[in-house]
Amino acid sequence: MLGRSANGIFWLFRYLERAENTARLIEAGFRMALTRDSKDASDEWRSVVITLGQQAAFEAKHGTDYTGPHVFNFVLRDKDNPGAVLAMVEQARSSARSVRTGITREVWETVNDTWMILREMLARPITETRLGDVLDTIRRQSTQLRGALEGTMLRNEIYNFARLGTFIERADNTARILDVKYYVLLPSLSYVGSSLDNVQWENVLRSLAGERAYRWLNAGRMEAKGIAEFLILDGRFPRSLAYCYAKLQSNMAQLAREYGHEAASHEILRDTCTRLHTLSIESVLEQGLHQFIADFIAVNTRLALEIQRDYRFIE
Amino acid sequence: MTNSSASSYDEMLEPDGAVRAAYAGYCKWLEEQPPGLLKRKGQEAEAFFRRTGITFNVYGAEDAEERLIPFDPVPRIITAHQWRRLSRGIEQRVRALNAFLHDLYHRQEIVRSGRLPERLLKGNAAYLAQMAGFTPPGGVYTHIVGIDLVRTGEDEFMVLEDNARTPSGVSYMLENRETMMAMFPELFTRVRVREVSDYPRRLARSLAACAPPAFSGHKPTVAVLTPGIYNSAYFEHAFLADQMGAELVEGSDLRVEDGRIAMRTTRGWKPVDVIYRRVDDDFLDPLTFNPESVLGVSGIMDVYRAGGVTIANAPGTGISDDKAIYSFMPEIVEFYTGEKPILQNVPTWRCSEPEALKYVLDNLAELVVKEVHGSGGYGMLIGPTSSKKEIAAFEAKLRARPDNYIAQPTLSLSTVPIFTKAGLAPRHVDLRPFVLVSPNGIDITPGGLTRVALKKGSLVVNSSQGGGTKDSWVLDD
Repeated sequence: MLGRSANGIFWLFRYLERAENTARLIEAGFRMALTRDSKDASDEWRSVVITLGQQAAFEAKHGTDYTGPHVFNFVLRDKDNPGAVLAMVEQARSSARSVRTGITREVWETVNDTWMILREMLARPITETRLGDVLDTIRRQSTQLRGALEGTMLRNEIYNFARLGTFIERADNTARILDVKYYVLLPSLSYVGSSLDNVQWENVLRSLAGERAYRWLNAGRMEAKGIAEFLILDGRFPRSLAYCYAKLQSNMAQLAREYGHEAASHEILRDTCTRLHTLSIESVLEQGLHQFIADFIAVNTRLALEIQRDYRFIE
Repeated sequence: MTNSSASSYDEMLEPDGAVRAAYAGYCKWLEEQPPGLLKRKGQEAEAFFRRTGITFNVYGAEDAEERLIPFDPVPRIITAHQWRRLSRGIEQRVRALNAFLHDLYHRQEIVRSGRLPERLLKGNAAYLAQMAGFTPPGGVYTHIVGIDLVRTGEDEFMVLEDNARTPSGVSYMLENRETMMAMFPELFTRVRVREVSDYPRRLARSLAACAPPAFSGHKPTVAVLTPGIYNSAYFEHAFLADQMGAELVEGSDLRVEDGRIAMRTTRGWKPVDVIYRRVDDDFLDPLTFNPESVLGVSGIMDVYRAGGVTIANAPGTGISDDKAIYSFMPEIVEFYTGEKPILQNVPTWRCSEPEALKYVLDNLAELVVKEVHGSGGYGMLIGPTSSKKEIAAFEAKLRARPDNYIAQPTLSLSTVPIFTKAGLAPRHVDLRPFVLVSPNGIDITPGGLTRVALKKGSLVVNSSQGGGTKDSWVLDD
């Protein structure tokens, strides 16, 4: 396949994954803000913007006025925000158009539908009343896209590049959410293991669609260590770092089989996978969670770049 | 049903309101349908087109909006008998076009014999000196041709334009049929219509047959070269590549490697044998043509001339789309085939000739005047529907550069009903059949793209000017 098409597929799925995770993050933030006084709500919204890496852009427009409507309008639809969900969906659709020959009609129509629906929904400012609807739509469309991909795409290199995009992005997003929240929630290491504000923790899990799974596994016990372990190392949870990397590994392995050889990116991947397999949560916390995550994000970014180079995404 | 207007030929109804043979089966079916069916189905079709992304971009439109070409659910029907005659005429014309192009880029016998004035070639941007003396693989210049036909009577089909450069619209031919079959499946069990859906397969086969002979021995690699997603016909480029199982490439995916054109794949550079390009000549090779072009491939013309790749259509075929050249088509057909043309031209005045110019100037209000290099319905005057002011403005342009124009009578184009709020109403149509040329012969898909003017009385069918399309049926015997 063309390198440019591989690039298009990869980014198509990265953008849509990011759009979905952004919606979840806002959903969790919104829920949180509803139950807090205005100072805490504003802190919560601020942490959403920081997690998304949009702090500078936001403050250039609104200063430090982190109100709900400011934040979710900025993050979802603001034309001055290149990372806005609408802009990402537009980019995703553009990518999909440019690789139209590599995706099935079902996948294309879902992407195109998503764009048409959101463009309409996000044409005017969102009120708190309409927010739920918008976020629901984003989640539903993402789910449909996964279904279309799973049910109709040939399991060849095109599929592999799609999956690589999804899991590179998801691993990055999970790591960032964990990082920011952990910072906010854990003023000092001594808190690790102590009983904290349950609602706050539930919120971290909620923004990663993991609250139910975690509760089920841990009989409802909310504690920082358990949650960190769940989100980093639990290979059963589809948004954990370990799960994302297992998926990256199987897709990269299939590429190696198809191409008859491994590439430099396989090397990087293998190292990270080994670490995720052998680490215990104690050793992660010992080295410092923030440091661990910062390292992880850097390696994840390097892996993405190496994949783009190995498979000639760009010249 | 609305009566046909007295002046133009109604393809569905006789002047006395009786249904013509071509439409007998369709009209019988239609009468049995519940009222409101066409309206409902028409709305479904629009939603379907938007979802599937069958859109085109309009040049110069403010926000580069993607628009739908309106689709009308009433088919345009041609009998098997009419089609046989049409295809003979098309075949003859396309054969002549290829022979003509070969001659233009070789000995120019037609000029030497005095049948075609040399000035039509000299200084004509569509004539490419780089093609002189070169014969494309298989001797094929126009791999894909669209012949625009208009009809003025029972047996009067005339050629309005030849599109040998890069004819577009074939995806609409295919999607319109798919849509019709999805909307009215039982209709197709009642009326036997000839298949068009194998066009992409035929195209792939036809292009593969034109691969450079020096690199035979493997299944030829075919790629569709598109200017990219912002091009007005991008949907079609992607559609055809997809249907053919070919790669859809952009200029930035290609480069010269070891005397071949190669595309950057995830496994490295891979040679391409045939490039079905939807990029104009001028943008094809920045080293040879427009140096600013980022849509083409540097050095592709050298590779091409050395036999390393096939370009379809061949560079320089656009010369035969020139409207001044068009006016010589009857002579061209006769010169190369030794036969009388089966399909007539629309009578054409060449404004470069003083007598013709005088006639045109005296009769501007009745004529259609076109730029010789123009296309897409841009830069033309339709006398009868223009204001005095518009005519005066055009007259000034015409006087300043008479060479730049030809004129034709305002034809009373045939009509086919479209579905309107007030029921069926006749609208003017044309027809663009699609023709494939390879060393194995000339292959005409039975059908084509019917473009229809949606405004009452309007003769402009171009989609860029608000025209619509219809499914075009050729009946089976």
